[in-house]
Amino acid sequence: MIYDPAPMAIVIFSLFVVGTVALSFYLGRRANSSEGYFAAHGQIPWFVNGVAFAGDYLSAASFLGICGMIAAYGYDGFLYSIGFLAGWIVALFVIAEPMKRLGRFTFADALDANFDSRGIKAAAGISTLVVSVFYLIPQMVGAGSLIQPLLGYPHWVGVVLVGIVVITIVVTAGMVSTTWVQFFKGSLLVVFSAILVMMVLNKGLTVDNETFEVLGPYDSMQLAEEKIDGRMVLEAEDGWGGDPSLGNGDAVSFIRLESSSGVGFDIYHVEAVSESGGKFLLRQAQAITVADGKVSIDGAPRGTGETEKQLLPVGRLSKLPDDQSTTGPLGPVSYFTTLSESEVMLWGNQALKHSSGATTTVYYQKPTQGNRVLRPGEHPKFRGIRGGAMKDRMNFLSLMLALFCGTASLPHILIRYYTVKDGAAARKSTIVGIATIGFFYVLTLYLGLGAMTSGSLDLTDTNMAAPLLARSISPWLFAVISAIAFTTVLGTVSGLILASSGAVAHDLLSGVLGVKLTSDQQVRVAKIAAVVVGLIAIVLGILFKELNVGYLVGWAFSIAASANLPALVMLLFWKGTTRQGIIASVIVGMFSSLGWILLSSDTYKSVYGLDPENAIAPFSQPGIVTIPLAFLTLIIVSKLSKSK
Amino acid sequence: MKPTETISPERQYNTKLGLILFGIYLILYLGFVFGNAFVADAMETKVFMGLNLAIVYGFALIKMAFVLSLIYGLMCRAEPSEASEGETSTEVDASTEGQE
Repeated sequence: MIYDPAPMAIVIFSLFVVGTVALSFYLGRRANSSEGYFAAHGQIPWFVNGVAFAGDYLSAASFLGICGMIAAYGYDGFLYSIGFLAGWIVALFVIAEPMKRLGRFTFADALDANFDSRGIKAAAGISTLVVSVFYLIPQMVGAGSLIQPLLGYPHWVGVVLVGIVVITIVVTAGMVSTTWVQFFKGSLLVVFSAILVMMVLNKGLTVDNETFEVLGPYDSMQLAEEKIDGRMVLEAEDGWGGDPSLGNGDAVSFIRLESSSGVGFDIYHVEAVSESGGKFLLRQAQAITVADGKVSIDGAPRGTGETEKQLLPVGRLSKLPDDQSTTGPLGPVSYFTTLSESEVMLWGNQALKHSSGATTTVYYQKPTQGNRVLRPGEHPKFRGIRGGAMKDRMNFLSLMLALFCGTASLPHILIRYYTVKDGAAARKSTIVGIATIGFFYVLTLYLGLGAMTSGSLDLTDTNMAAPLLARSISPWLFAVISAIAFTTVLGTVSGLILASSGAVAHDLLSGVLGVKLTSDQQVRVAKIAAVVVGLIAIVLGILFKELNVGYLVGWAFSIAASANLPALVMLLFWKGTTRQGIIASVIVGMFSSLGWILLSSDTYKSVYGLDPENAIAPFSQPGIVTIPLAFLTLIIVSKLSKSK
Repeated sequence: MKPTETISPERQYNTKLGLILFGIYLILYLGFVFGNAFVADAMETKVFMGLNLAIVYGFALIKMAFVLSLIYGLMCRAEPSEASEGETSTEVDASTEGQE
């Protein structure tokens, strides 16, 4: 899709950014010492901290990634919501109060509280950096996705802009400004998401069979003729016919006709009509071809001119129960029950290769029963839970385990426990966080399904589902939701960069290398580290722009859960834990999960561009293997080092 | 290793309460995850007001997280040692001292 920047959106967005930065400068006076910079002097009220937990945690992955995944595939994205929230139970019941008692500035402080070991500080500091950087990538990718429709700039501009603003926030006032930015962002995100959901329910569901053409039904003889619907059939050679051999229920083949507008061609997906054997419908599809770096849509240059074409927005219902054309306002339960009895038009895609080296991705419509988008197993990554191989089920279990264990292992979340005055405040703020985050995750299912049927989805960027849903309702709402989404990224990235800068200045430089730094110097070094990590995040955000942000966050959770949680839990609950055991557990957990991800089929396909079949790791999500491995390592090494 | 502190009965109670509530939620979560992984078709069963099990169970998990956290917040006992925050010690007993 090609987006026109809306002046209103630019104004609201600018107000948000200026307000955020001004707040940081105002609060900067309170953060000159280490205590102020890293932990806001432990003086943040528990309620504010609780909402700031939500602001810290509800990242681009939650708002953009989950809604996008639900919009494209249905219920599967909601599995992330459930896993992300369940992780807070570990945080509240197991980690929160000990964390507050043990630590001071960083995750390493808590892990090292009983040992005063350089090895633990080094392992935990590096683990904090690795997890934070992995978590930073999807946030920056999300920022880039947002800036395109909002301001009309390319993806990289959004990434750079977020980087600069966040570095400013963190450098000016550390944890004080980060907390307040996260508090405001968390509040705004939940309130406006609730407003958006109310508008979605009030709008109800509507059938749209006009936007995309449906021709036929035809028999196979008619499809072989020179003309269909009075238009010339273009040659199916050079890969344009698609691959009809994929007869697994997703059999695809395509027919191109002369364009009715005279520009490029019109492409159709040949769909067998099950109830009338031998008959086929031609459903309009959309083709993006990339040749020598130039992009064309349905055979015409991409653009908005008369001789150009652009991808049309998608996401619609093709049938409602009782042949209604629109439902009118629906309730929170009737929205689901009506949708389950409707027919939704999802979109599949197939890559075509041409002899010139050009490639085409054809997006085609897939009529889908509504009850299928309200059950698990529609997303390609989760399809295996429906009769797939055991390794597919293991992959699913592994992801859900990582989400459950990952929350309480994320350094940028854990350091928020240092900003309140005592264990009771840590407990209360976590309860407020769970209430806020849980409410938001309930909304994600409505937002995602609302986007799925809003007629506004961008086929090439599922991350934009929630803001585009807002645009389908009101330009004002789009401007506000986009600005909030952008602030969402700012809030989370600030927390991540702060955690990283603490790891560098406090853990690695002071703790490991023994560099003697005064409080002021430590803050100065942390600020320099924040700038460097911010720059790295900018580069990675540009490099990984194609990946779904929700899936990327799954990786960060796997690494955090494998590297940090086993050591933290065993420190708290096993008397035999030794210094060597903790170091070994963090290192083994971190490198095994990182290595597994780098050798997984998803990375082969999305990052290296290699055949995923050749991937070494048997499934993509490492947690189910690497979390127990880190526990086992800690037990074995602790026992061995104890017996010496 | 650094010396340990005496653990107050209130902290012991809170820790035990936290672990019990954690166990309850863990069982519910495992039921959901294993249900999806191994009997995904059962998640389509309509169980409440025309909603399928996947939606009802998912929403119930979110609600239970809040309910259990409230129970924990209400039942936790105030620790007398809150004033001595900042001591760097944990529930590690004396038998581990001197191992390092």
